[in-house]
Amino acid sequence: MNAHVIIEARNVSKWYGAFHVLKDINLTVHKGERIVICGPSGSGKSTLIRCFNRLEAHQEGDITVNGVALHGKMGNVADVRSNVGMVFQHFNLFPHMTVLMNCMAGPMWVKGVPEKEARKTALKFLERVRIPEQANKFPVQLSGGQQQRVAIARSLCMQPAVMLFDEPTSALDPEMVSEVLDTMTELARDGMTMVCVTHEMGFARAVADRVIFMDAGQIVEAGTPDEFFGQPRHDRTRLFLSQILKH
Amino acid sequence: MLYPDTVEAEILVHKPWFVATMFGVVLLLFMAFNMSGTSFAELMRPVIGEPSVSGLYGRFAIAFAIAVIFTLNVVLIGFAPIKFQIGIVWLELLLLFIAFFETFHLSLPFIREKLPFLISQGVVTTLYVSAISIVIASVIAVAGAVAKLSSNGFAYAIASFYTSFFRGLPLLMQVYLIYLGLPQLGFVINAVPAGILALSLCYGAYMTEIFRSGIQSIDRGQWEASRSMGFGFALTMRRIILPQALPVIIPPTGNQFISMLKDSSLVSVIGVWELMFLARTLGQKTFQHMEMLISAAMIYWMLSICLELIQARIERRYRRSKVR
Repeated sequence: MNAHVIIEARNVSKWYGAFHVLKDINLTVHKGERIVICGPSGSGKSTLIRCFNRLEAHQEGDITVNGVALHGKMGNVADVRSNVGMVFQHFNLFPHMTVLMNCMAGPMWVKGVPEKEARKTALKFLERVRIPEQANKFPVQLSGGQQQRVAIARSLCMQPAVMLFDEPTSALDPEMVSEVLDTMTELARDGMTMVCVTHEMGFARAVADRVIFMDAGQIVEAGTPDEFFGQPRHDRTRLFLSQILKH
Repeated sequence: MLYPDTVEAEILVHKPWFVATMFGVVLLLFMAFNMSGTSFAELMRPVIGEPSVSGLYGRFAIAFAIAVIFTLNVVLIGFAPIKFQIGIVWLELLLLFIAFFETFHLSLPFIREKLPFLISQGVVTTLYVSAISIVIASVIAVAGAVAKLSSNGFAYAIASFYTSFFRGLPLLMQVYLIYLGLPQLGFVINAVPAGILALSLCYGAYMTEIFRSGIQSIDRGQWEASRSMGFGFALTMRRIILPQALPVIIPPTGNQFISMLKDSSLVSVIGVWELMFLARTLGQKTFQHMEMLISAAMIYWMLSICLELIQARIERRYRRSKVR
């Protein structure tokens, strides 16, 4: 297997009861690649990336992350997860901990990093998402955009091999979207491997190496932003783009 | 919080219709009782003459005087700031309470004589039986809650059987069953450990349900965030879920603690020398039941107030992370 492959999904299928959410998905993510997944709601895009750190289980096919195959009986799921950062739509910061502690918890409790070092790393990444001055506040005292940037810093503190973003700007007020997208753009520029589920087409155009369009559990179309936005091949894609770019 | 509306309403106790209604109700209420034998009637002697022969006029005058005092009192308290209102109302209710006990003509020297023993033996036993039981019950509750929420059939079955059984039997019966039943199995058990065991098991069952609902109140996103960082189950539970469940768990648990303190009186039936047992037995010889019962009642109340204060402190502490 190619050493530069971070995530490989082969013929992945998943059902919720009788509902076929993911149908025969094939996707390879290489190191340093930035992938944007878009598609109408219910198309299975969130479910797909949640399979990549096994927050969801797939029933058929193989998913390999960082060289480790994900399946039901794996004993080292924590090793995989600590290598895969995830940013959620609703931030999911730990409200009972300060911002700093949110960032220190993972390295200290999972990787056994000493407190002093964890603090240094946490402050470094809070600096990078440009909110070091909020370190000692609690999450509720922060705006949505700030909370999401803390969530990004929290994931980065684990030094992950890949970052998954699950609609990171969908729950934000409009004026806070850009501060989060700017942070993500910088992250992409620094060479982080990223898989983003998002409807921010400007971000996709500027940052993505590949844009993937999903509908009804299938990957309908994949291509570079120029191909994808310039000459979409499928009617379904054209319809989706016309609707999303109308305003 | 009830989050009062911002539109300023007139103070209720200053509204004419409320004052008038209150006055009328009190007047009628005291008219209904014959107060002519009381010390209040003695005070009214200059107005109504000999209380026992004052008849309807006497009744009316007494009730009228009481209604005036009562209404005036309420209206005046209405002017005070809220802290004073709370303080004054507490104080007045307490005075009424003491006046009520006054009518029992309690023998204070007898109470003074027995009180040290009541405290050194009774209160100490009550406290340590409750304290140990509370600790054990809390441990049972965490384990029981996790078992009830788990997808393991055995764990769920055992935990739900346990909560169903121990919530379904009267505590008094559990005390008897453990004290008298265990020796049948060959475990001869002393009264104090039997009492502690019964209280722990019973309250553990109630608190299992409290802890379960507390854990369930935590958003699924917290579990997912915790998992996505590689935290295992135990770590997630201990560092992420339980600390957030505590503010939900603490108020009903405080209730349970207070309730446990008083229910520890049930172990008096198997001869543990705790507060209730002594209160019943110390006064028996001289037929001074009321003295001891009221003393014990006051002690229970004071202990409960201590627990209430502790609970309020803890609640304030955990509210910190929710402040905007």
